[in-house]
Amino acid sequence: MDKKEKDVILKVDGLKVYFYTASGVNKAVDGVSFTLEKGSTMGIVGESGSGKSVTSSSVMRLMQAKTQKIVDGSITFEDIDLLKMSQKDLLKFRGDVCCMIFQNPMTSLDPVFKVGYQMVEMIREHQGISKKEAWNKAVEALKLVGIPEAEKRMEAYPHELSGGMCQRVIIAMAVCGNPKLIIADEPTTALDVTVQAQVLELLKSLQKKLDTAILLITHNLGVVWDMCDTVMVMYAGNTVEYADTGTLYREPMHPYTWGLLDSMPKLSSTSKEELTTIPGVPPDLRLTGRCCNFYNRCPYVTEKCRESVPPLVEVKPGHFVACHRQNGAEHLVRGEVNSYGE
Amino acid sequence: MLKMMLKRFLQTIPTLFIVVTITFCLTRMLPGDPAVAILGIEAKQEDIEAMRAKMNLDKSLPEQYRLYITGLVKGDFGYSYSYRQDVFGLIISRIPNTLSLTLVALVFAFFIGTAVGIAAAIKQNTWFDYVFMVLALVGVSMPIFWMALMLVLQFSVKMNLLPVMGMGDWSKGFGDVVSHMILPGFCLATIPMATFARTTRSSMIETLSSDYIRCLRARGIREWKVIMIHGLKNALPPLVTVLGLQIASTFTGAIITEGIFSWPGMGTMINTAINNRDYSLIQGTVLFSAIMFVFCNMLVDMAYLVLNPKVKEV
Repeated sequence: MDKKEKDVILKVDGLKVYFYTASGVNKAVDGVSFTLEKGSTMGIVGESGSGKSVTSSSVMRLMQAKTQKIVDGSITFEDIDLLKMSQKDLLKFRGDVCCMIFQNPMTSLDPVFKVGYQMVEMIREHQGISKKEAWNKAVEALKLVGIPEAEKRMEAYPHELSGGMCQRVIIAMAVCGNPKLIIADEPTTALDVTVQAQVLELLKSLQKKLDTAILLITHNLGVVWDMCDTVMVMYAGNTVEYADTGTLYREPMHPYTWGLLDSMPKLSSTSKEELTTIPGVPPDLRLTGRCCNFYNRCPYVTEKCRESVPPLVEVKPGHFVACHRQNGAEHLVRGEVNSYGE
Repeated sequence: MLKMMLKRFLQTIPTLFIVVTITFCLTRMLPGDPAVAILGIEAKQEDIEAMRAKMNLDKSLPEQYRLYITGLVKGDFGYSYSYRQDVFGLIISRIPNTLSLTLVALVFAFFIGTAVGIAAAIKQNTWFDYVFMVLALVGVSMPIFWMALMLVLQFSVKMNLLPVMGMGDWSKGFGDVVSHMILPGFCLATIPMATFARTTRSSMIETLSSDYIRCLRARGIREWKVIMIHGLKNALPPLVTVLGLQIASTFTGAIITEGIFSWPGMGTMINTAINNRDYSLIQGTVLFSAIMFVFCNMLVDMAYLVLNPKVKEV
């Protein structure tokens, strides 16, 4: 995972985030590593509860409760150790250098303050400029993200805007600072399809303009193909596969990735065909970490899968897989269902 | 805004009319003869008859009701025989005493209660939260009369620190009035304070767990701003509702506290009125309480308009 050091903007290494609950320790993220280069886009995919969102909020050190703790690993942003950053520096980092776009734009803005107030508040929090300058800057940003009648929108309350509009406002807020990294946590899930495309286009064009890296979390494999340079597939808190988008779609190696790609609906298929699913359910996160987390749903399971955790191995340059049967020495071919007599 | 205020004002008229009718019926159901209460049980029969005629009590109930309502419309609240004064003037003269006591109590209750509520919400599930919420529960549940007596016993009788009763005298200096105010003020403030603390806590917890608060943090807004500006403004509506109710009920509900501490306010007057079967005065004070409630509710509605942009003027 070693790219030329100067290009790497974000490096996450062996990140573990545990939730301490009354019924035990939930290993929400249990050893995730990746790097993100300047100006590039990385996608994180996986089903609900696989730790995508927790991973991304950990980069911002935004834990939802005191029971959620980063217990191990490191997060490095341009040679700065984020986990050791002081609260004061963290405030400067959040919202200025690193921005986050959340899933539901309608609830992402404070409902009782006008859009303009919230934008000015944020700009002035990071830049020592007057209210008027901040106001002008906010109007500029709204224009940049393609909001018509920007001055008028500054006086609007969030509930007076549509979902797509709110998401644009939030993106505009990100643009007001000097964002080097934008974390987009399912930015289009709550929007309808045409607006989705517009928002993604907007993100792409801003990325080009500002040379920002994007960490995109999504369920939508189509969006990944469209937007991302690299993809990380997560399952039950672990990275299971990590590669260039092209490589991953062309020759996926982990059985879970095969399942994910198979479950995409195909335009060519007839309407009566049932969607393919991966049988079974993800494991209880309190019980993971003793064996391959996917063993109970994997058609290629072996004795070894039940006994030990598969390490993340670089099988080909830039292509990482965590599977006992795909570690270079062994090469599993898709469709060769269990020769181990299961 | 003006249109809405006018509309709300007109809506209060039926409410007040119902209140007036119910109090009229209830006072007539009180056992005992007001004329006897005034003249004493040894009064002569003809004196009592004369008194009854003077008070319109010899007329039929519908006729009494008609006279009472027409009087009210003309602004005549009736005459209090126990105080030998006009009811309206009597109520007006007692308002400042009660108002000073209740306002002081409420202001303290509001600020302390809200501050404790916010702190408990931030420190949810810590010892601070538990201790203060148990205290608040005790505060809401404690019988006022018992607490008042215990306070008097401890601070006035045993420790001799504070006066037992009365309102003090301005001529003896500011300190005299304040020292007289501490115990009754504390009694009156207990329930509102506990209510504010509990309401603020639950409303704050709900607000602070919402998406936009998390987004504000992600935008690098300082924590005190997140809590005191965004959190508090979003958490205010339930608090304002409670505040409106508490103002009205504290103001009129000072009956027990004022009675125990002999505070010469509305509460003491209501006590006297009931004991003397002073129909006009009872009716007057109840009507006044109803007006207070309606007025405070109106203020709360107005506050919503300011606090929540989603509430549109109708």
